[in-house]
Amino acid sequence: MRRGSIVQLIVIGVLAGAVASLFALIPGWLPQPASREAGRIDFVFWFVTGICIFVFSIVAAVSVFAVWKFRAKPDDDSDGPPIHGHTGLEIMWTAVPTLLVTSIAVVSAIVLAKDDAQGANPLRVDVTAQQFFWSYHYPGFGNKESDILRLPVNRSVVLRMTSKDVIHSFWVPEFRQKQDVVPGIHPTLHITPNRVGTYPVICTELCGLGHALMRSRVIVMEPDAFQQWASKKGPS
Amino acid sequence: MGVEEGAVVTAAVAAGHETHSSHQGLPPPPRGWRRLLYPGFLRATWMTALFFGIGCGIVVLCRWWGGWHPIWFGSIIVLVAALIAAPIGFLAGIGAFDYWARYAIGAPTVPEDHSGHGAYSWRDYFRVNTDHKVIGMQYLVTTIAFFLIGGLLAMLVRAELAKPGMQFFDNQTYNGLFSVHASLMIFLFVIPAFAGLANFVVPLMLGAPDMAFPRLNALSYWLLPIAGIMMVSSFLVPGGAFAAGWTGYAPLSVHQPLGTIFFNMGVQWAGASSIMTALNFLVTIITMRAPGMTFWRMPLLVWANFTTSLLVVIATPFIAGSQFFVMFDRVMHTDFFEPAGGGYALGYQHIFWFYSHPAVYIMMLPGFGIASEVISTMSRKPIFGYRLMALSLMAILVLGFSVWAHHMFVSGMAPWLRVPMMITTLLIAIPTGIKVFSWLATMWEGKINFSTPMLWATGFVSMFVIGGLSGIYLGAVPIDIHVSDTYFIVAHIHYVLFGGSLFTIFAGIYYWFPKMTGRMYNEKLGKLHFWLTFIGFNATFFPMHLIGTQGMPRRVSDYDPMFANWNAFISVASFFLGASTIVFLYNMIVSMRRGAPAPGNPWRSLTLEWQVTSPPPVFNFDEIPQVVGSPYEYGVPGARHAVLNGDRTAEEVKVH
Repeated sequence: MRRGSIVQLIVIGVLAGAVASLFALIPGWLPQPASREAGRIDFVFWFVTGICIFVFSIVAAVSVFAVWKFRAKPDDDSDGPPIHGHTGLEIMWTAVPTLLVTSIAVVSAIVLAKDDAQGANPLRVDVTAQQFFWSYHYPGFGNKESDILRLPVNRSVVLRMTSKDVIHSFWVPEFRQKQDVVPGIHPTLHITPNRVGTYPVICTELCGLGHALMRSRVIVMEPDAFQQWASKKGPS
Repeated sequence: MGVEEGAVVTAAVAAGHETHSSHQGLPPPPRGWRRLLYPGFLRATWMTALFFGIGCGIVVLCRWWGGWHPIWFGSIIVLVAALIAAPIGFLAGIGAFDYWARYAIGAPTVPEDHSGHGAYSWRDYFRVNTDHKVIGMQYLVTTIAFFLIGGLLAMLVRAELAKPGMQFFDNQTYNGLFSVHASLMIFLFVIPAFAGLANFVVPLMLGAPDMAFPRLNALSYWLLPIAGIMMVSSFLVPGGAFAAGWTGYAPLSVHQPLGTIFFNMGVQWAGASSIMTALNFLVTIITMRAPGMTFWRMPLLVWANFTTSLLVVIATPFIAGSQFFVMFDRVMHTDFFEPAGGGYALGYQHIFWFYSHPAVYIMMLPGFGIASEVISTMSRKPIFGYRLMALSLMAILVLGFSVWAHHMFVSGMAPWLRVPMMITTLLIAIPTGIKVFSWLATMWEGKINFSTPMLWATGFVSMFVIGGLSGIYLGAVPIDIHVSDTYFIVAHIHYVLFGGSLFTIFAGIYYWFPKMTGRMYNEKLGKLHFWLTFIGFNATFFPMHLIGTQGMPRRVSDYDPMFANWNAFISVASFFLGASTIVFLYNMIVSMRRGAPAPGNPWRSLTLEWQVTSPPPVFNFDEIPQVVGSPYEYGVPGARHAVLNGDRTAEEVKVH
């Protein structure tokens, strides 16, 4: 390969990487995070994005270069050089992706373990799903019932979930956490909200004709305000 | 061989030719009432009705005998009589069982005179035909018809989503639209369209006169329209079409209206078709390769269909089981997936995905094969790293069975299962990466002819890279937790199944169009079709990644107004994408009738299917070809893949 071609190849690769980076950076891909888990999950997201931009740039550079330079002239009926393979190259493009996916697996496994661990003194909330609404119970506060999920900021929360009919799924995009709510079992989800505000609770598992409308809200409050609300008797 | 013997052989071959040409297909059907007994649509009509009646009788009799009331019970009648008995009657009437039925009842079998072989008029495409080339065409035309129906359903889905709020449909109808869309595209288009292409091409590539079991081949085709009509007709029953998604998760699917059993049974018929074809491919590939064609001399399309067929025969029984269990839960109250009765709801998902993840590769590996053929031929270079290409197919086959639970990272399954499944999932990126890099290396320094098939093949590689990279996001558990069941998934599946499978199906259709029809397609329209689809596809599906990560869930008829602008854009783009199909249809229909006559080998390819006339003779090869080398020796002076049609000089035969 001539030196000029290598320079052209690198220029195309850098351009492709730049375009891909713009696509990654300009639109707001992820909603404003509102939990400690969200911060870690976003880290994995951008870690994988970096690797993907790297791989994309290489593939884009090679394919654009090939499409541009190796187009046969209309009257050219000859064949290309009979190259059957290249052991070194083949080892390389087996080994490098192996390393990349291994790093993704390691980072993901660590983040998953951290997100799954519950913090000290967690607040337990029982989440019940049924067609087509959510309800929340606070066993620590006389099993107080609410149709809005209210949580104190900066405290570990364990959501213990179950469904009365079909499978639903509990998702708060700002928390990045999601868990299917399955009849017959009680899966749990750990969240540590760290930003006060109101966020949507969305059902993401098709649960029948009201699925699109099965929404609720989560309100993250200052601890004092939460304590006051939770101690009040009767449904909210 | 002595001179006289040689002369005898030649005479026999010539006589054979005369026999075939004088036959011109089946003898004309008898006249009068005997016509009712002659296999075809007339007999199929009354036998379908008869078997429907028998089905009703069985139900009524059983319910009367068991003392169950009411004796006439609608949903059981529909299930037994309409979805099981009537299709059997149709198959018997059309003539799919004639040979076996005679054998089974001890009647003298009709000696095989090959009159069921080949097509001499359009009527020969509408009967049980045992010619793999006719069956391939039947498959392709049928699957494209269902592709159009599935595409129109997608247009309706996008019309509803064009702005927030409810526009045209109620929720249940909307859920039915996307469920039937996905089911048709998967079970009636992508999987059987690949089977159709392979049906036409694989025996030719192997140097074989037909598939190993031509009658089984015919039967596996005729199961398909049954499955498709079943799924589409579920819109007509009370309660509407099945609406639990193509994944049909229990327990929701157990409690859906009657339409769900149309899905449960439609999958059985389509699955049976798939399994029969796969067994046929396996036996054909193992036993009917031309002399000299070792496994390591098989074209990669044959390798791809070999691995796909293994996936099909091992995995498909699992989806059959999952749908039977759901149906039993409904009609027999078996409580497999009903927690109230001691069932386990997640059990469904494990069984379902144990098929449906391998199914992703069933829908992709044949496309890998097509891409390999097209890219090597059009780049005029040997495929790069042939053995590693074949081995990575095998690696995907094996790994494909160890990743099913990555569809269930948020399902509530045993939490420890997530990390092992993530590791195997990410490992699949390695053989897939090998394939992508090898295709690029094949193009490198080639003399690339960017004809329509090559445009589709390179379009496939680039789109599949994007689909593969979004797959890495989904493989990483923490990201998957955020994006699962959002539009990010919708974007990902369409990049792999539309940008991947459909692009390669188009590559294959354009590539083999001259061979199948004996005519050339219109190159300008082919390129126009590619560019319109390529632009429409990316405009439709790329923004879905964004609205997905931002928080729009999938399978909703209404959404947060913050996504209104993107959804309006996506809907307009999808209508543009849908309209691009008109160019394809116009090109196919017009070229099939009026295209320029195709030479035997318009692409100057080395594989065997191009060494015969276009379209090929009824029995493919006048003489069994002798394979002497690799199918991809472009640029190697004097190299040949096979020797055939009498140009077998003493020197060439000595090569092996």
